Amino acid sequence: MSELVAAVRKDLLLHWRGRIQAVAIFAFGASALLLFSFAIGPDSLALRQYAAGFLWLGLLLASTLTLAESFEREMEEQALEGLLLLPASPTSLYYGKALANWALLALLGVALVPVMVVLYDAGTMRLLPLLGIIVLGTAGLSAPGTLYAAMTAQTRSRQTLLPLLFFPLVVPVLLAAVKATSLLILGDPMGQLRPWAMLLFLFDAIQWSLGGLLFGRVLED
Amino acid sequence: MIHTSSNTSMMRKPVDSRIPLALVALGVCCLLAGSYWGLARAPSEIFMGDVQRIMYVHVPTAWNAMLTLVFAFTCALLFLFTNDWKWDNRLEGAIEVGVVLSLLLCIQGSIWAKPTWGVWWDWDPRLTTTAVMVCAFGGILALRAFVEDPMKRAVWSAVCCIVASADVPIVYFSVKWWNSLHQAQSSPETVSKAFHWPLRINAFGILFLWTGFVMLRSRIAALRLRSELAPPIPASAGTEAAGAAPAGAAL
Repeated sequence: MSELVAAVRKDLLLHWRGRIQAVAIFAFGASALLLFSFAIGPDSLALRQYAAGFLWLGLLLASTLTLAESFEREMEEQALEGLLLLPASPTSLYYGKALANWALLALLGVALVPVMVVLYDAGTMRLLPLLGIIVLGTAGLSAPGTLYAAMTAQTRSRQTLLPLLFFPLVVPVLLAAVKATSLLILGDPMGQLRPWAMLLFLFDAIQWSLGGLLFGRVLED
Repeated sequence: MIHTSSNTSMMRKPVDSRIPLALVALGVCCLLAGSYWGLARAPSEIFMGDVQRIMYVHVPTAWNAMLTLVFAFTCALLFLFTNDWKWDNRLEGAIEVGVVLSLLLCIQGSIWAKPTWGVWWDWDPRLTTTAVMVCAFGGILALRAFVEDPMKRAVWSAVCCIVASADVPIVYFSVKWWNSLHQAQSSPETVSKAFHWPLRINAFGILFLWTGFVMLRSRIAALRLRSELAPPIPASAGTEAAGAAPAGAAL
């Protein structure tokens, strides 16, 4: 447990020291939200209808930058090999990094909500369920993303490979999160929010378990 | 790390190509017989008419696509546990064949959906998760093409296959969970007896076909791996060979 705490602390500290990167990723996400609106035009009703989709697409694109960056740092000066020499299990290293990435992505999601409200007039008063969906959705991005980033960071064509592997895998997260957020913004007369949140939870449970089990093999030479 | 079993497996003689070719021929014969039965002899379905006859390839393709990807998942697990290269070779073949079968499944489904549902595609969970499965396993094929180190390629594609396989049960059970537009899985009790035999014959036909293809593909993968892991030719031997080559070879 202490290994995990130390790993999370190390990765959060890395994120904090490189906070200018987090600001840049937020700016990227906000720019994406602005650009997506050009696909619809000035139709305020349509913009409101598609706001949830744009929010999660922006978050998904921004997440690839965050995830790739989290392992780029470990590849410099062979820091990853140094980490593996420490008396800590690869599982702790994985969960440390995945939890830190999750925290950063959830924070990014929360920060992008006001941008969505301003640009698309797509607000909701159900803030706690919205926070819950952001937390569940970003957990689904962080777990497989961290595992795949560990692999792709060791290859030459990492910029291409990470989205190629990551995007299809997280489509269930994207669909469920978009649907759930839309239901919160546009109303949920049929009570459909719970099944979509359950799908997110199920996906998270599977991916977080698999990531911890398989991470050790990914780092083996 | 490569265990002893990996090296012995690598040195093993690749499978004789006559067995997989025989399986492919048997599969084609079954498919021809089953399709003839389904198209010419079986009665039309009472509500959908002749459109329903696509079921004789669509349903067996769905069963076999699932089976191939479950086989790929098993190969991935066995490779990670045993480090035996033969499982990596089979994994490569199974993923390729599984992706092709899943793509065919989507195409056949669209052809059936247009006259029955009125649309080529619907964002029903089952269709969506099948499309996701195609993309996720297609990504693994891309990963294999990008990574040159055979050991990393094998381990990473096994890991990705296990992660992507988490999607397969979601695909299978989505009809029951969401009770949506796509009909629930059929069983012998819900399908007329007149439809059973063409379905079964085609299912076995596709089973023989993909088994043959996976064997052929893993044979090619084994031969490629042998050349990748072979020790480099000594420089002197290379010079001699170049010296001995006819003048035209340099061109």
